[in-house]
Amino acid sequence: MDFLNALVALLNFVVIPGVAYGSQLALGALGVTLIFGVLRFSNFAHGDTMAFGTAIVIMFTWLFQSWGISFGPLPTALLALPFGIAATAALVLATDAGIYKFYRRQKAAPIILVIVSAGVMFVMNGLVRLIIGVEERNFTDGARFLLDGNTFKAATGLAEPLVIKTTVAVTVVVAVICVAALFWFLQKTRTGKSMRAFSDNEDLALLSGINPDRVVQVTWIIAAALAVIAGTLYGLDKSFRPFVYFQLLLPVFAAAVVGGLGSPLGAIAGGYIVALSEVVLTYAWKKVATYVLPDSLAPDGLMQLLSTDYKVAVSFSILIIVLLFMPTGIFKGK
Amino acid sequence: MKKMLMASAATLALTGAASAEDVKLGILIGFTGPIESLTSHMAAASELAMAEVNASGKAANAYASVRGDSTCVDAAAATAAAERMITADGVKGIIGGDCSGVTGAVLQNVARPNGIAMVSPSATSPALSTAEDDGLFFRTAPSDAREGEIMGEILSEKGVKTIALTYSNSDYGKGLAEAIAAGFQAKGGTVSINIPHEDGKADYSAEVASLAAAGGDLLVVAGYLDQGGKGIIQASLDSGAFATFGLPGGMVGDSLPAAIGPALDGSYGQVAQSDSPGAAILTEMGKTAATAFDATSPYSMESYDAAALIMLAMEATKSTDSKVYSAKIMEIANGPADGSGVKILPGELGKALELIAAGTAIDYDGASGVTLVGPGESAGRYKQFEIKGGKYETVTFR
Repeated sequence: MDFLNALVALLNFVVIPGVAYGSQLALGALGVTLIFGVLRFSNFAHGDTMAFGTAIVIMFTWLFQSWGISFGPLPTALLALPFGIAATAALVLATDAGIYKFYRRQKAAPIILVIVSAGVMFVMNGLVRLIIGVEERNFTDGARFLLDGNTFKAATGLAEPLVIKTTVAVTVVVAVICVAALFWFLQKTRTGKSMRAFSDNEDLALLSGINPDRVVQVTWIIAAALAVIAGTLYGLDKSFRPFVYFQLLLPVFAAAVVGGLGSPLGAIAGGYIVALSEVVLTYAWKKVATYVLPDSLAPDGLMQLLSTDYKVAVSFSILIIVLLFMPTGIFKGK
Repeated sequence: MKKMLMASAATLALTGAASAEDVKLGILIGFTGPIESLTSHMAAASELAMAEVNASGKAANAYASVRGDSTCVDAAAATAAAERMITADGVKGIIGGDCSGVTGAVLQNVARPNGIAMVSPSATSPALSTAEDDGLFFRTAPSDAREGEIMGEILSEKGVKTIALTYSNSDYGKGLAEAIAAGFQAKGGTVSINIPHEDGKADYSAEVASLAAAGGDLLVVAGYLDQGGKGIIQASLDSGAFATFGLPGGMVGDSLPAAIGPALDGSYGQVAQSDSPGAAILTEMGKTAATAFDATSPYSMESYDAAALIMLAMEATKSTDSKVYSAKIMEIANGPADGSGVKILPGELGKALELIAAGTAIDYDGASGVTLVGPGESAGRYKQFEIKGGKYETVTFR
């Protein structure tokens, strides 16, 4: 019984939040890694692309709610997703045509593109605030829990609750679908193959007749779609605030770098590594240890490695350690 | 030249003889920021007191308010707003600041150098009791040290043995959390964990995981209701970590039950609020005021009293010089030591002015039952409440 309690406490406070956060980071990191693979620069504006897309999704959610449209037990925001993706894709395509294309023509060095993307980031930052303001927005509706703590406790007789929020379940399911669809697209379709070819060797790809403009456009559209989905899932599960999304850039990049920039598989692994490290290192293990260890060994302290204040420092540290010892990441990116 | 001097002297004499001098009072509270849902009521209450004094026709001065935004959290912005009030608008006294951190900053950086008195309706940090103030700083709100004792009493009466405690990482939160921990331990309780949370984050699941690991009969959230405090409660309920919450004054406001829903029912706490007869009077006055407000919203009554104290002291000393009238504030608030002062309630400011003019001693009670103790801070009355059906139901006053 004690062992089961320990397991449930671990699931409830470490594994489930970690997996949900990891899925959100993985989707964000996939977008970063795709842009890096095809366009060969680190897109600092990705966090604000997520914020922009989520803002549009929130506005459509409000519109649907005012029309009385809902999605049953699921959040209405899922219905609004396609509109957010369309608007964000239009925005990034316009940004590309207006800004990045110019530097691509000039064959500008990647570092210049990075700085340009930082400029784009600040403009998007302002744009999002103009559209939706700076306040916190909660736009989650539908059923709150798939499995709530009291039901679980009553059904199993355990002392510890196990809670599965609807938004967590939605996050994981949507992430799995997105990743499966993306890999199918990259492996099986003609456009996907040409993207991979372009990423591996640009000159050879051009020689074999691949249209570079089309590859770039498709990449932006996919990156935008991933960014909007990641942002919306994060906002549904937690809450939306433009400043928080700006700060999300760091763990998203840490995830992409840990996995290896340019490697989609790496981005997914990186997302979970960063998220679970943050949760595991800042979790107070006292409760789990008390259940598992005999009474004589029960800890007095909290058994917490790092205070929760240092959560951000964890992704920073991972980023630095990986860059120092494994610059190409786990999956041998670029 | 001589003529001109004569002329200006004459003009000066004329203005001096005019019945009412315009006196501006600053209202420096966080119209934006973590307690923005409270400040509209607070400002309206202060302005009602000014309108009442002006309408009585018995005051030597005509009072007007200048609103400034302290933001509650940004000391630099609050200092700039206070500086502007004093130098550009020429205020003679400040009602404010609201949150403890900015109030301390404004007191040290603006009020003391400029010699302007401040009466804060809501800064409650124990640290302000010992701050250097040149006799210029008062508060109609009690120190959190007192709230900590009260909360310790309530918790132990409810049979709570162990609490988990989290506080907003601010001067207010930290001071209050220490006071609550001390108050509860004095009653024999145990604090299993006492950790800060940052305001303005999207996700508090890691903080809640630590709190849940330490465990406790309930979670005391010494935070802000529009900020991290709400996030902590939401995350605790979502993960099933805690079902009941202890709510100090900063967590009291209608937006909290509205955001959390029925799950908050059964949580309890206390807020600085008075059951003095003045409280009911001001609540009625608030409903019919030109700018209607809810006087039961936290710190509204204290705001009315803060404005009233400044004006009564100015009238009693016939001076708008902060150094002069601030010396009179304690006497106005408490009356003579033998308790012979005439009690003054809201709506009786005109009567108070008559008594002052006649040389009769007054004991200003106001809406919050003002009695200033120690370095000029309210002794404090607290309303113990429990949330039932999304409403803060009053249990008792202590």
